[in-house]
Parts: sequence; structure tokens; C-alpha cells
Amino acid sequence: MSDSKKVKMDLNKNLYNKNIEQKSTRQGYGEGLLEVGGKNKNVVALCADLTHSTYTHLFADAFPERFVQVGVAEQNMASVASGMSAMGKIPFISSYAMFSPGRNWEQIRTTICYNNSNVKIIGAHAGVSVGPDGGTHQAIEDIAITRVIPRMTVLSPCDFFEAKKAVLEATKIKGPVYIRLARNNTPVITTEETPFKVGKAQIFYEPKNHAEIGIIATGSVLYNALMVVKELDKEGIGVKVLNLATIKPLDEKSIVQLAKEVKCIVTVEEHQIAGGMGSAVAELLAQKHPIKIEFLGIKDEFGQSGKPEELIKYYGLDQGSIKKVIKNLLK
Amino acid sequence: MNLDDKKIKELTKKAKDIRISIIESLVEAGSGHTAGPLGMADIFTALYFHNLVHDPKNPDWKDRDRLILSNGHICPVLYATMAHAGYFPKSDLKKLRKFGSPLQGHPHREWLKGLETSSGPLGSGLSQAVGMAIAERMNNKNSDKFFYCLMSDGELQEGQTWEAVMLAGKEKLTNLTAIIDRNNIQIEGTTEDIMPLEPLDEKFQSFNWHVIEIDGHNFESINNAIEEAKAITEKPVVIIAYTIPGKGVKEFEGKYEWHGKPPTKEEGEKAIKELRKNFQN
Repeated sequence: MSDSKKVKMDLNKNLYNKNIEQKSTRQGYGEGLLEVGGKNKNVVALCADLTHSTYTHLFADAFPERFVQVGVAEQNMASVASGMSAMGKIPFISSYAMFSPGRNWEQIRTTICYNNSNVKIIGAHAGVSVGPDGGTHQAIEDIAITRVIPRMTVLSPCDFFEAKKAVLEATKIKGPVYIRLARNNTPVITTEETPFKVGKAQIFYEPKNHAEIGIIATGSVLYNALMVVKELDKEGIGVKVLNLATIKPLDEKSIVQLAKEVKCIVTVEEHQIAGGMGSAVAELLAQKHPIKIEFLGIKDEFGQSGKPEELIKYYGLDQGSIKKVIKNLLK
Repeated sequence: MNLDDKKIKELTKKAKDIRISIIESLVEAGSGHTAGPLGMADIFTALYFHNLVHDPKNPDWKDRDRLILSNGHICPVLYATMAHAGYFPKSDLKKLRKFGSPLQGHPHREWLKGLETSSGPLGSGLSQAVGMAIAERMNNKNSDKFFYCLMSDGELQEGQTWEAVMLAGKEKLTNLTAIIDRNNIQIEGTTEDIMPLEPLDEKFQSFNWHVIEIDGHNFESINNAIEEAKAITEKPVVIIAYTIPGKGVKEFEGKYEWHGKPPTKEEGEKAIKELRKNFQN
């Protein structure tokens, strides 16, 4: 039995059930941080007045002596964390992705990455699914600005459990890590037992027949891709789905292998197409296995207010849009 | 620590030698900053040769005090002082800003042992020092380690500096001392023309810092200020050190034009002659 078959069996048994459990990735982070905080006394947390929104309060309540409230000051937060890391701490800094790594990008580049500091950057409320708060608060550039920095590991978990595991794994890495989180409750695709390894992409759907198309998805929109390919499978259209939870370092082997099996790759992400996960995949495949790639993401525009599902649909990341793109590709 | 006349004489000579090394390394590099390094030579000399708890032969010694240079562009004075203190051979000062050199144009902590941080982009050093001071207090409530953050006056125009000032005040970081090089100049002119900083003492006081103002070229004042900073409890301390940019060389003194350029070979030779002559008198 191949690895991918084993993985699929580890996914949530209710994955294709309409009443699938919904939980947020930010909660996964909060519970993960609480867990690593209990295991490792060097773990400290800093927050810029968003302790509850980022679920950092779980840690702050349990370990108040290891929590620093810096106020609304994300630039200071990043550099203070760098200083704490120099004294042996493993700081987790959390805010909305728009402000960290958005507002404080240079501090992250210089005082964390250039310094090679052991700081974990948690960007909550990424993507347009933030909803009614509107475009100012919807980070759709964060993958681009973090993956471009040397030494940075970039993680984009698809659900609650992956987010939790991302925190546990990030703690083991000695160096800067960015973890991208979302605001809303989203379907719990994996389980406590699903394997998770930084730098390892996983096949989450394998069609009955030969796959003509390969989807590479990251974040909670992976769920939409999974629902679509299940339907297409019934129609006899084979699509394989790769969950890319680590955007840097890329799992080159799994991506190239998928590209070799299919006619076309479709990337799906709640992020600008420019510089995002799809771009990272394209940079790799252009060199290792040139193949047609269709990019699903935000097309060089800002977000706006609306219900999360309205926005996901407007920006072409809902199930209907994904299905349409795949059918067009096969024409 | 007590500072007698003999020690003051010793420090004065050391500062002169460090100024000469600064000029030599800048001439060799062909680029870099002159005014700030010369202006801060006395304070760096006092710290490395009198006040800091450190061991040049064991730069990773965990019980050392930390000196965090925030305005990385004045690194020629840091490098020269470290070399004279024995962190690395003085001959390496000739490698300033050269390809593959441990003496990067702005300090990189991974390239040279004994540097606590990498710096250059202004306004982030104090935040890092605050982080270190907080972490040290978490590690050991009774720690007697001190964290010295050396800053420029120009970088007080960076908003992040005040975010860090606020946090240090809130956290009552008694183990933190910021030393501001109040030389009144920045790249394009005087601070008070470009973006006025005064009243600077009141600004820090209002953020719950203890403020000491000194002549940054008087070793007794520098030593007394550091002793006072250590004695203050419940508050972080800022030492506003009034310095003369380019100090020691008449041609460079007080001129903002010397902020970001090196002396030519001839200017350098003349400057070194002047430093030697004035020291003998």
C-alpha cells in the first residue's frame, strides 16, 4: 500500500458528511501553544492586544509569567521576540497576519531572520474569509512576503488539527517559522492521528481512475477542492489532490511526481496569485517539469466586506468555481 | 566601579588609540561613517575597559553583560574597541566592509563573535534589548546582568523606538540602560532642523524612565552615570550623552557632512597626526 493510501484513511471519517465538525485554525494554534508551553518552559508568547482573537489567551492564562502583552505595537513585538530568543527563549508572536508579518515585515526580516532568531510568527485572520471587516484586515499577501525571506519556514495548515500540529512541529525547528491562520470555523479535514511533517505534502484524494488533473491546495479552501473532486470522480473525471501545508521548504518530490502523473496542475489558495503558493509551485515546475498550471487565487485586487462564503465565491475559490475551471481545462 | 586618575589617564590613551584605529579602518574601507564613531569613542572605551562585565576571550560567556548597538552604522567604533579589548586581532580592522569580512558594513552577529545582534535599520535595537532584559528577568529574578543599548538621537524619530520605550517603562526594566548619542546631527542636517527631539529628557520621564544627562567625553561623568543607572530601581534608565560628532579631529567636529563619509588617505593621515599631537599635550 502506498503512503498516500494510508494517509487518506487517516482523514476525518465525516469528511464527506454535510454536518462535518467545524473548528478554526486559530483555535488549533491556541491549543497547540498551550500544549508546547506545558512541555517546554522556554516557550514564551507575546501578543499585540489580540490575545483572545488569536487564542493566545489559553497560554497567557496558564503561564502568565511567560506571556508579554506589548500593546498595539507589532514592530516592537517582533524585535522584542528576537531579543528574547537571544536569551534562549522560543517566542511565539501573534497578531492578525495583516499586521504581523504585514506591518512589521522589516523587523521580521532583519531582527528575526537575518539574526537567525528562533521566533515563531503567527498570522491569524489571513485570507478574504475574514469577511465583514473588509479589505484592510484581509491579508492576502502574507505568503509572498514571508516565503521570500531567507531561513523562513512557511506553514499554512488546512484545519484545526494541522494548525495544532504545525505549532508542535514549529517548536522543534530552530529558526524562524511563519504559521498562517484563518478566522473562521472551517471543516475539520484531518484527525488527531493524521501524520504531519514540515516539508511533506500529502495526497488527500486519489481518484478511482487515472488522474488527469492535479490540484495543489493550501489552507481551508482545500476542503472545497476535496468536495469537487469527489463529485467529479463520480462523473468519471479523475483529479488528484495534494495538500500543501508547508509552502517553504517545498516538498519538491511530491509536487514533481504529481506533475508527472497529470496533464495539468491547478493551484488553490486564499492569497494573491502573485508570489503565493501557486507561484512557489510554478517556480519549481518551470525548472523540474514544465506543465500547464491554472492558478486559483486573488487576481491582483484587494479584498472587501461581505460574508466569508460570498467572498470565497466572488474570488473564485468556492466549489462551483473550482469545478468550472476543471471542466474547462478538460474541454 | 571607582575611577581614579590613573585609570582616567589609561582610558584617555585607549580612546585616542581607538580613534586612530577608526580612522585607519575607514580610510582602508573607502566608505563608512566617521562622525558618530569618533564621537562615541569615549563611551565605548569606558564600557569595554571599565564598566562592562565581559570576557573578550570567551564572548559566549553566559553571565556577561550585553551591549546592544542599535545604530549599527557607527560600528567602526564598536569594531575598533572590540579589537583593542582583545575580541579579535587589530589587523582585522583593515577588513572593514570588505568582501567576506567578519566586519560587515553594518554588524551581523553571525559573522563576528561578540556581537549580540545584527543592526543597521534604525529603531529596532532598543526593542531587542528590552526583549533580552525581559527574558533575563524570567530566567532569573535575582540576575545582576545589565543590558546596555547604545542608540543614536536620529533614530528616536523611528516610531518603533517609542513602542520599546513604552514597554520598558511598563515592565519597569531596572536591568536596562539606554545610552543615547546626543550629537545633534543626522544624515541631512541637525536633528532640531529635520525633526526636533527636544525636550528629550521630559519625553523619557513621561514614559516612566529615569533620565541622566552627561558630557559624553568625560570619563568620570560616564562612570558616575552608569553607577547611578545600576542603583536605580523600579525604572529603566536612559543616559543622554552629549557628544561632539567627529570628536578629536577639528576638521570633522560638529559637521553633519561627516556623518556618512570616510576620510581620504590624506585627511586620515592629518587626523591621526592631530590626535597624537593633542594627546601628548
